[in-house]
Amino acid sequence: MRRLVTTSNRDYYGGALMTAIGLGAIIQGRHYPIGTLSRMGPGFFPVALGAILTFTGLAIVVSARFAARQEEQKQLPAEWRGWFCIGLSIIAFVVLGKYGGLIPATFAVVFISALADRQNTILSAAVLALATVAICIVVFWWALQMNFALFGWG
Amino acid sequence: MIGQSLTDLWYGFSVALQPHNLMWSFFGVLIGNLIGVLPGMGALSAIAMLLPLTYTMHAVPAILMLAGIFYGSQYGGAIGAILLNMPSHPPHAVTCLDGYPMTKMGKGGTALGITMISSFFAASFGITVMVFASPLLVEVAFKFGPTEIFSIMLLGLLAGATMARGSPLKGVAMTVVGLLIGVVGTDVNSGALRFTFGLTELSDKVELVALALGLFGVADFLRSVNRIHFVGNEAKVRLRDMRPSMAELKQAFFPMVRGTLVGTLFGAMPGTGPTITTFIAYALERRISKTPERFGQGALEGVAAPEAASHSKTQVDFIPTMSIGIPGDAVMALILGALLIQGIQPGPQLISEHADLFWGLIASFWVGNVLLVILNVPLIGVWVKVLQVPYRFMFPCALFFIAIGVYSTNNSLFEVNEVLVFGIAGAIFLALDFPVAPILLGYVLGPLVEENFRRALLLSRGDLTVFFQKPISLGFMTVCIVLILLQVFFALRASLRKRKNKGLDLVLPMAAGTPVDNE
Repeated sequence: MRRLVTTSNRDYYGGALMTAIGLGAIIQGRHYPIGTLSRMGPGFFPVALGAILTFTGLAIVVSARFAARQEEQKQLPAEWRGWFCIGLSIIAFVVLGKYGGLIPATFAVVFISALADRQNTILSAAVLALATVAICIVVFWWALQMNFALFGWG
Repeated sequence: MIGQSLTDLWYGFSVALQPHNLMWSFFGVLIGNLIGVLPGMGALSAIAMLLPLTYTMHAVPAILMLAGIFYGSQYGGAIGAILLNMPSHPPHAVTCLDGYPMTKMGKGGTALGITMISSFFAASFGITVMVFASPLLVEVAFKFGPTEIFSIMLLGLLAGATMARGSPLKGVAMTVVGLLIGVVGTDVNSGALRFTFGLTELSDKVELVALALGLFGVADFLRSVNRIHFVGNEAKVRLRDMRPSMAELKQAFFPMVRGTLVGTLFGAMPGTGPTITTFIAYALERRISKTPERFGQGALEGVAAPEAASHSKTQVDFIPTMSIGIPGDAVMALILGALLIQGIQPGPQLISEHADLFWGLIASFWVGNVLLVILNVPLIGVWVKVLQVPYRFMFPCALFFIAIGVYSTNNSLFEVNEVLVFGIAGAIFLALDFPVAPILLGYVLGPLVEENFRRALLLSRGDLTVFFQKPISLGFMTVCIVLILLQVFFALRASLRKRKNKGLDLVLPMAAGTPVDNE
């Protein structure tokens, strides 16, 4: 499979991304009053930053064009399982923290993210999650008196 | 004047050594150190979590305890940065660069020992400077108007952007991204909501802890899961390992002194946070080193200098915070908030009106730093236990600590979402070979830069040349321009060389790091 990001085209993507963020900041910043140099409105600074970022992005693309070709670095393939599990675990913490309480949220964040690693089994992930729940109860709920119900609905 | 200062200091010690005050100081250092070591828990969350406790306390022990938490967690954070590559407090991002490779090489103990020596040395020096220079520095700081503050912050941002590893252009881009993230929230001048995208939670700015932990915690997990297999099992740090050899001490001594001086210099300037200070200390070491390629691969100097800088800076930083009310960073802002809650107005009159507080605090710094050293000698075994955990068990737990730590700063789950967003963004930037550390720098300084820029131009009636008319500002601006010209010169020279060598030698020595690199 052809790789999406390689050493030689990485700077094109990077420069394009920066230009896109810069343009986005300009477009969004134009919604706020710009004002004048002596009386700046809330839009002045963001638009100026957006312009700087756009030019920097373009400069990155241009310098990538003129740079000597670099030797292709060995890059590891993207780790989709890791991204999926880690992302999901944080979302689970937020959702369960809101609708389930501290214990389910803690269990979920550790259990799901542990599954991101291929060496962890469901059993080892569950044991790790339970151990973390125990630590969490002692340290955060009991010792630090954190404002977070152990179980809660809504 | 020196005699007066010594008398005041003596008085300060009598305040700091009162059993009641000493107890709170000790408590703060212990708790701070403990929380600082926990992955994902930095000074910010430690102070934030314990802040409500101080509401009922007398002002002096309250501030002494908060200060103790601050430097306790700062030292604890260095342990996390060196052993786990987890900067829980932004300045430690720099310590990670070389501290963690040292751990990978099995020299984590030495790095910790050097950190301890550096921080103690730097703190002692910073305290001394604070004692004798306080009245003087207050006067200099008074000369700083918005014009000067903007110029010095511009210099800080430029320096931070261009000396990050890799392309300076990418560093500038990341700094600007950080400045843009700093814009998010309510505009202080007009009250307009900017870049909030209809989310009311964002009106109160992006959470610093969430940004830092996203960029350095989550992004790193995303980059390293299934890729690194922790070397922890081989790394054994015992008390004996922490004692650096004579040669290592010699190697670290001058970086330590230079770092201390950098930290002291920047500490006196309002608005320059500790992150920039550690960056400059690190860049300075790399610049003057005969073997700059060792940096990032586990150079002892790269640990000693930033740690010394951050600790001397921490001490000296209290001067602008207490005497003009300009906090150097978010932690100082929290301490400022605690002072205000106690009904104490920071300002030049604070030193004379609340002499017990000011001088007691200074004396307690030294007492607290002694406590810190005494504490860490027996407790290092506990920290080392953290090392024995394999990565596949470590990172899920660390993720939990991140989630709960971020939650604890505001007791809100929204910030936990921010962590995820910044984690993914950080991982993408890293994949495209952008350094993420300048984002933090831009974010922290952003609002201050904007406010002072606007104020300076308001005062000059829109005349941009004002930054070159005032002598102090002109000095900073000149350094900025020199910095830019140097970078252009380096870039041109490098591309000319490449052209000459084209076809002969395509393999250029690249400073690129491993995929799990943090910067």
